[in-house]
Amino acid sequence: MNPKDLNTPAKSTWCPGCGNFSILSAMRTVLAELDGEGFPIEKVVLVAGIGCHAKIVDYMNVNSFYSIHGRALPVATAIKLANPDLKVICFSGDGDSLAEGLDHLIFAAKRNIDITLILHDNRVYGLTTGQYTPTSPLGFKGKSTPAGSKERPLNPPDLMLASGASFIARGYTHGIEQLQKLFREAILHKGFSFVDVLQVCVSYFNMYESYNKMTYEIQGNNTGSFEEAQKIIRSWSYDSLEKPIPLGKFYDIDAPRLDQAFLEFKPNPAGRDAKIKATLEDFI
Amino acid sequence: MEDFSTLIGGVAGDGINEAGLTVAWLFNRLGYRIYMYYDYPSLIRGGHNYSLVRASGQKIGAHHDQIDVLIALNQETVEKHKDRLKDSSFVIYDAEKVKADGILQKSCGIPVTRILLEAGALPVMKNSCILGAFCKVVGIDWLVLEDVLKKHIPKMLEQNLNVARRGYDLAEDFCHMDKLNQEPQPIMTGNQAISFGLIKAGLEAYVAYPMTPSSSILDFMAKSAEKFGIKVVHPESEIAVMLMAQGFAYAGVKAAVGTSGGGFCLMTEGLSLAGMAEMPVVIVMAQRTGPSTGLPTYTAQGDLHFILNAGQGEFPRFVVAPGDAIDAYYWSAVALNMAWKFQVPAFVLSDKIVSEGQYSFDLRAAGDAKLASPVLWDGQGSYNRYSYTDTGVSPLAYPPQKGQVIKSDSYTHDNAGITTEDPQITREMSDKRQLKGQSMARDLEGYETVKVFGDEKSKTALLCWGSNKGVCMEASQKLGLKVIQVLVLWPFPEKRLTDALQGVERLIDVECNSTAQLARLCSIFGIKTHDRILKYDGRPFSLDDLNFELDRIGAGSIQAGNIEAGRIEA
Repeated sequence: MNPKDLNTPAKSTWCPGCGNFSILSAMRTVLAELDGEGFPIEKVVLVAGIGCHAKIVDYMNVNSFYSIHGRALPVATAIKLANPDLKVICFSGDGDSLAEGLDHLIFAAKRNIDITLILHDNRVYGLTTGQYTPTSPLGFKGKSTPAGSKERPLNPPDLMLASGASFIARGYTHGIEQLQKLFREAILHKGFSFVDVLQVCVSYFNMYESYNKMTYEIQGNNTGSFEEAQKIIRSWSYDSLEKPIPLGKFYDIDAPRLDQAFLEFKPNPAGRDAKIKATLEDFI
Repeated sequence: MEDFSTLIGGVAGDGINEAGLTVAWLFNRLGYRIYMYYDYPSLIRGGHNYSLVRASGQKIGAHHDQIDVLIALNQETVEKHKDRLKDSSFVIYDAEKVKADGILQKSCGIPVTRILLEAGALPVMKNSCILGAFCKVVGIDWLVLEDVLKKHIPKMLEQNLNVARRGYDLAEDFCHMDKLNQEPQPIMTGNQAISFGLIKAGLEAYVAYPMTPSSSILDFMAKSAEKFGIKVVHPESEIAVMLMAQGFAYAGVKAAVGTSGGGFCLMTEGLSLAGMAEMPVVIVMAQRTGPSTGLPTYTAQGDLHFILNAGQGEFPRFVVAPGDAIDAYYWSAVALNMAWKFQVPAFVLSDKIVSEGQYSFDLRAAGDAKLASPVLWDGQGSYNRYSYTDTGVSPLAYPPQKGQVIKSDSYTHDNAGITTEDPQITREMSDKRQLKGQSMARDLEGYETVKVFGDEKSKTALLCWGSNKGVCMEASQKLGLKVIQVLVLWPFPEKRLTDALQGVERLIDVECNSTAQLARLCSIFGIKTHDRILKYDGRPFSLDDLNFELDRIGAGSIQAGNIEAGRIEA
């Protein structure tokens, strides 16, 4: 399958230079490859929240559920529980999953449900034209914080590590090969996989210069170690322009999954009338 | 005696609900029909709980204020309920906890604590002991009690039987409950009947966050998950609940959710999504007294207009309000069927009385709902999730479908499920959704969406919905009135209601809210109610409450009072 086969007629409305194009391109490439490797495209379901990130599902000719703001993960969780054979991939923004839908993010990690979340982390609300988000740095001057944000940012990979995610990585939209590698690994990972993508918003928070300078690919780290992952993750907390920003896979372990526990409760509508009648005897 | 009321009261944690249910099982064995009202405050230990069990030769769904036997596990029970006693009533009490000198009626005290101590039994077995005494008092054969305990309390059976026998032997004869010539029936709550109805109609997943008075559905489904093959999920919030239901629906798994008012508030954004994305989902909404936290364990019918209007934008929905366990079983099955047939949210609008009240249940009388498979894609051509059809219903397909994509969308979308802002498609898709509502309304013409009871020729009728069915049916008998129960509240059954109103000159609205919400709904369709009897103190109408109000407005005469009568104070 050619990645171009996954296009739709929908016209892109992202700004020129938007980091979302890299995510779209990397994901199309990975899904097209996986289709040829025993993971057929019809078994993939994409789920998105609301925000610039979410338009990605309109641009991919793949099964999708375009959900509401902050609510990609509960939909995705149920799709996976409904049919564990499906590959469920969520796209979400930093406002989407870290503000409006934070509880769902923590619980998806806690359940270690076998789905993937790609966080389009542009650290600004784009679609509503430039307000601070949970990952905007302290002092960020957005439309809702003209005097500068007074809140310190969240560190999403750190939060995911604490919450029980079994795969945690960070990519950058200027590193498309690395993105492809991380997406591929995340999708193939069994358990909740979280990829924080530093996705540049050219219109409201253009970080290209800073990211180009400060990011580096981490090599040779022990991804099975919680402590090591935590140390790497905490080496940059989204609050500094001066600290090096590690990219790559931070954490990758095997852990029990919610979707496994549910396999025994397969729907079984046959013979229900007789079972209901028999059960009613218990009520006499 | 073919109409017998027993009240058992104690503190929360005494197992009063189960004790009441045991009384119900005993009468059931003798062929009586049961209704039980369970009254409890919102706490785990302490506070006053009571179960009021009424046994009758007829099918019933309401209680009397007065009782025939009071079983008091503590002094407070006597103080709170002594006004319910008739001269002819009998009191059984725990002799070590209750002072007998205030009791004017015949009574007997059972030294429960001493009996338990002597038998080496656990404190939880005190109910077995006092119910042993109860059987003797009302003349229920020991073997009946033995049989009930064997079946329903099999744990530590010997000790339970032992203390029950001692209670039985120490108690006095008071009356003799005759065995009726009727078979026993299952006794269940409305919530259990809702669960069975959903299961009957093919439910495959149940998602809920606990909230009184809906929680027992979650508990029942979780307990029955393996037996019936149901995926039961208790997620982080009602927001997640509503969204998960739609993830299940997208994948073709029939799901229901359950909650009460506050939890449903959180579900409304997801409800609107279900409207837009055309996701079938059943919402069991068990009303309690609001606003806000209100009275968590008490009843109300205050959310009708909230349910009819919840969610931004315009989209069709199905709303049914069962009046008892039999309605709950049949109509919950219909609700699941409607949800999938028309790809809409379908509400089972219950209240604390229907949800947690115990009713005799007759499977044959409940009937089998007509169940149809959802409209599925025929596999021809390329699949469009939101294709236009004559009914507005687009055929469903679930992933995986080789060579096809299935796209659902919360945005305004085209027939393929791709986001659009085109004005013409916006209008056409809105029309398509409304068309589904019209198709559903037509389909419902074949259902008994409005029921008529009592004297059909009476010029005076009681109008009710939900749990007031039982009390209205019974009160109407005395005055020879007609009763009109509106079961389906949306799509509003205008024609059936108008037919039911033929010959009615005075329509008396009976509701458990302060603003007469059903009357307000009827007025939209030009249907006028002449009197209103409203109760909004968290407690259901007793038969006596309603009879009193009907007398007060002169419901026996045709003359319309046109007054807002009967605001019963707490």
